[in-house]
Amino acid sequence: MYDQVVQNKRRSAVLVLAFVVFTALVLIAIAYGLGLGSWGIAIAVVLATGGALAAYWKSDAIALATSRARPADPIEFARLHNLVEGLCIASGLPKPRVYVIDDPAPNAFATGRNPAHAAIAVTTGLLQKMNRVELEGVVAHELSHVKNYDTLVATLAVIMVGVVTLIADLTWRFHWLSGHRRDNDNRNAGPGALLAVVGIVLLIVGPIVARLMHLAISRRRESLADLSAVEMTRYPPGLISALEKLQGDNTVVRSGSRATAHMWIEDPLAKEPEEGNWARLNRLFNTHPPLEERIAALREL
Amino acid sequence: MGIVLLILLVLIVAVVLWAVFNYNGLIRFKNRIEAAWAQIDVQLKRRHDLIPNLVETVKGYAGHERDTLEAVINARNRAMTASGPAEAAAGENMISQALGRLFALSEAYPDLKANQGFQQLQEELTATEDKIAYARQFYNDSVFKYNAKIQQFPSVIFANMLGFKAREYFEADDESRGPVQVKF
Repeated sequence: MYDQVVQNKRRSAVLVLAFVVFTALVLIAIAYGLGLGSWGIAIAVVLATGGALAAYWKSDAIALATSRARPADPIEFARLHNLVEGLCIASGLPKPRVYVIDDPAPNAFATGRNPAHAAIAVTTGLLQKMNRVELEGVVAHELSHVKNYDTLVATLAVIMVGVVTLIADLTWRFHWLSGHRRDNDNRNAGPGALLAVVGIVLLIVGPIVARLMHLAISRRRESLADLSAVEMTRYPPGLISALEKLQGDNTVVRSGSRATAHMWIEDPLAKEPEEGNWARLNRLFNTHPPLEERIAALREL
Repeated sequence: MGIVLLILLVLIVAVVLWAVFNYNGLIRFKNRIEAAWAQIDVQLKRRHDLIPNLVETVKGYAGHERDTLEAVINARNRAMTASGPAEAAAGENMISQALGRLFALSEAYPDLKANQGFQQLQEELTATEDKIAYARQFYNDSVFKYNAKIQQFPSVIFANMLGFKAREYFEADDESRGPVQVKF
């Protein structure tokens, strides 16, 4: 089990590294191929980084406000508080702020830029439908996100998606404005033209690939959080049974949206089972691995 | 000569830096063990504090179940007056068993089970039981990491020099390893 946690962490790191390299390559290719000067690149990097860092700093407040979470009363929700405290003792984390969301759909998420500023929120539906050990499994999964700095990883991914998309956008505008002149100047420049073709292809494909890599990282972090959760509770059946209940449940979180989908323990949008030829392709666009796969992975421990 | 001197200087600085980081790392691991040990005590004390309230509440509904109640009180006294870790551990195990019997007994008293104070105490005691187990788990994890660190090269050199000793694990016997069986 410990080996799997280590292996998963390594794979996740490789994925993030691959993403950084990819982003750098796209930037270089576009800069050279299409002659969008280093100013354009600098603007894109600054804009994307600034936006993402601002969001990162305020991630907890934004996430809690958009999902209409309220602080969990320590007496009314004594069990939830106790479970969080117990798991924090087990993992050596400071106790995060605890919130509840009035929603019949069972779900939960964690947010905050580091363990000292972390918050976890669970829906009232989760509290009603899960028994003590199941709830403990879910809380452990969320605390694992905190412990593994998943908000930081997600922010990094968002920055890179942002840079690639912005660059693509800027280049289109730049070329549309100055297109005619450049065409006349460079009509017969051989290698330049080839690079330009590569650049244009990257412009179209880049943002999509960047988004897909972001999603791959998100899925990897989810399975890592499942494993870390079991490392915390030392009791896989709790989380397995919780995931099975989520699988059997058909209520959808009202305040869940595409923007916050990656944070929840279960994708709040993926409720219809996917079948047919498109299923495999659609899975590339999911923030979470399918529940069956997550359950199967935990059963193997 | 200048270059050799420079390389030597860089090497010395590197070694000193490494030693500082290593030493701080060892101290951090050691402090974590102390904190983990203190956490076990905190949770045990909390359990001792909760028991008199529980006994009072149960007395109001099932006062004639004297044997079970006394077993809880005796176990608590024994754990609190214990001298030495082995005796204390034995006392704590007795508490766990006596509490298990008390909660099992409460099943037969619907009024008691419906009492809000009792429900709260049951939740608190169950949670404290969990926290004791988690505190032990964290203590053992910390000892594992610390022992691994002082046995690994290169920190082993340093640890030996400064007299960092391997720590012992907290061994729970079979009875106290599992949580108390409480029905909800």
